Amino acid sequence: MADGSIGLWTVPLAVLGGAIRVSTPFLFVSLGECITERSGRINLGLEGTLVMGAMSAYGISYLTGSPWLGVLAAGVTGALLGALHAGICSLPRVNDVAVGIALMLFGTGLAFYLGKPLIEPTAPRLPAIDFGWWSDIPQLRAALRVNVLFLIGVALAPILYWAFRTTRWGLLIRTAGESSDAARAMGHSVLLIRLRATMVGGFLAGIGGSFLSLFYPGSWNEGLSSGQGITAVALVIFARWDPLLCLWASLAFGGAAALGPALQSVGVTSGYHLFNAAPYILTLAIMIITCSPKRTLTGAPAELSITR
Amino acid sequence: MDFGRISRRHLLQGGAALTLGAAAGARPAFAADTTIGFIYVGSRDDYGYNQAHAQGAAALKKIPGLKVVEEEKVPETDAVEKTIESMINLDGATLLFPTSFGYYNPHMIKMANKFPKLRFEHCGGLWTDKDPKNAGSYFGYIDEAQYISGIVAGYTSKSGKLGFVAAKPIPQVLRNINAFALGAKLANPKATTQVIFTGDWSMPVKEAEATNSLIDQGVDVLTCHVDGPKTMVENAARRGAFVCGYHTNQSPLAPKAYLTGAEWNWEALYPKFVKMIAAGESIANFYRGGLKEEIVKTSPYGEAVSAEARKHADEVKAKFLSAGGYAIFKGGLVDNKGKTVIAAGTDRGQKDPELEKMDYLVEGVIGATS
Repeated sequence: MADGSIGLWTVPLAVLGGAIRVSTPFLFVSLGECITERSGRINLGLEGTLVMGAMSAYGISYLTGSPWLGVLAAGVTGALLGALHAGICSLPRVNDVAVGIALMLFGTGLAFYLGKPLIEPTAPRLPAIDFGWWSDIPQLRAALRVNVLFLIGVALAPILYWAFRTTRWGLLIRTAGESSDAARAMGHSVLLIRLRATMVGGFLAGIGGSFLSLFYPGSWNEGLSSGQGITAVALVIFARWDPLLCLWASLAFGGAAALGPALQSVGVTSGYHLFNAAPYILTLAIMIITCSPKRTLTGAPAELSITR
Repeated sequence: MDFGRISRRHLLQGGAALTLGAAAGARPAFAADTTIGFIYVGSRDDYGYNQAHAQGAAALKKIPGLKVVEEEKVPETDAVEKTIESMINLDGATLLFPTSFGYYNPHMIKMANKFPKLRFEHCGGLWTDKDPKNAGSYFGYIDEAQYISGIVAGYTSKSGKLGFVAAKPIPQVLRNINAFALGAKLANPKATTQVIFTGDWSMPVKEAEATNSLIDQGVDVLTCHVDGPKTMVENAARRGAFVCGYHTNQSPLAPKAYLTGAEWNWEALYPKFVKMIAAGESIANFYRGGLKEEIVKTSPYGEAVSAEARKHADEVKAKFLSAGGYAIFKGGLVDNKGKTVIAAGTDRGQKDPELEKMDYLVEGVIGATS
């Protein structure tokens, strides 16, 4: 069109763009949590890890000038927080859900405290790959500006799916999650397996945080996560502990988050609160449809404290 | 004063202050024990609403004899009452600025009744005769600055489509949207302003999505009314759109894309308040003003602003500053549903309380309040 407007096409395009832009933190946190929960432990603290990751990535990127070092720092911070969670949970009679909530508050609080001087400065951001070069529609090109982290996340989902099924460590994680007795009988330390699984989970969640502060929305402030970490933990249950389903669920959540603003921009203005709530309505609907009081959740690791 | 509640610490502080006051020979403009408390709902360096207030507080810190105590991230609940009490009892604050909208009723009113000798100044509230006399509410007609931004935006936009990322459809926000849209129509009668409500004051991901959606629709100049404009400004600039700022000057974030902005001028108002108190003058309980009263200001023009736009904007600014003032909301105003909201012949001046109840979007705004 002459004035550069694409009319109603904005909505599907925004949902596509949103699925790519908004989904990455969901994807990383849910894949990380998937590994942790498959080993038989639930880490609700990933919201705190996500925010800490966002803050440390922004800080390191600002101080060193290299956003990739920031991503690494976010991952390491996440792994350390994961180790803290696993360490506390390895003590006898400790409830992992309670520890997770405590670490969620600790992580966000610490990030706000340390991140105070980082709100004003502008740190170098991660680059984007232009996948829309073939199109001359600027809106499509903008939607297809993809960050490498998104691609890594997308590749990671099938790799994890494959690894859980066919590799030795995948089997070990699943054994620890399904029956700690069996893992012990095989001569493995369940605590050590869970420590590693929680650290890897934290590492991925931290990287998810670095995407928030270094790519999209692309700056550090205290409202940055607005609950995305905790939503992603819920996504894992929603995705039935399956990495491939985690990928689709993250994409659906990202797209749903873009729906509210996109509909308003084309003039569908009534009930925008409802559209803004779309991701949560989606979760509730699927939970209700797939739940049954007669059996436990399919795919739930047997050792998980919420199913035991 | 409620004598039952005076703590030992308070007594000691009072004693110390007396000694100090006696020791200081030439009395400064303010007593040595004048402590002013500032309470913010968010982080004070958010490039937005709270930072604007913190800049005002910083201006007070420079005045000799004044001590400023601050607390950030105080929620709009009982927590603010506790903060006020501890500022009074532990720090000896005698003048308090709870700066967030939701602090006013019932929290600040309750505290003002409890400490009748102290002064409370609230930003944004609507003081009425029923409220205590030692409480006051001040606010600025920042829509005047938004109107100027609208003029500049109207000239700069090539598509004639402007965008507004807003938090919630409350009167103050609607007034800003309408003023911006009316200003833009002054520059380009065909200009439209598309508004997207994100639902809350600080939703960075939604704000970024709203910014992208607007630009996808062909919008090429954006502004906003959210707590922290940083997300909108940075994301719009990355997509090559122009921006008008809000709350404070965001031009360091996007020097090339920044046109102008509607800023608070608390660093002028707060010292004025303190001087009035020191001189024994009374501050009106219901204190309002705009560009003329130096409560709001506009950011310096960016390099992308044309000479024509500057000239027109400066002319209108001069009218705001003139003795007669200038009415943005003139008679014969039609909302975007075709209803006449201000009858022909009745101009609503800036001080008209009807404007503080605004619940419509004017013709030329694309969007709805619910």
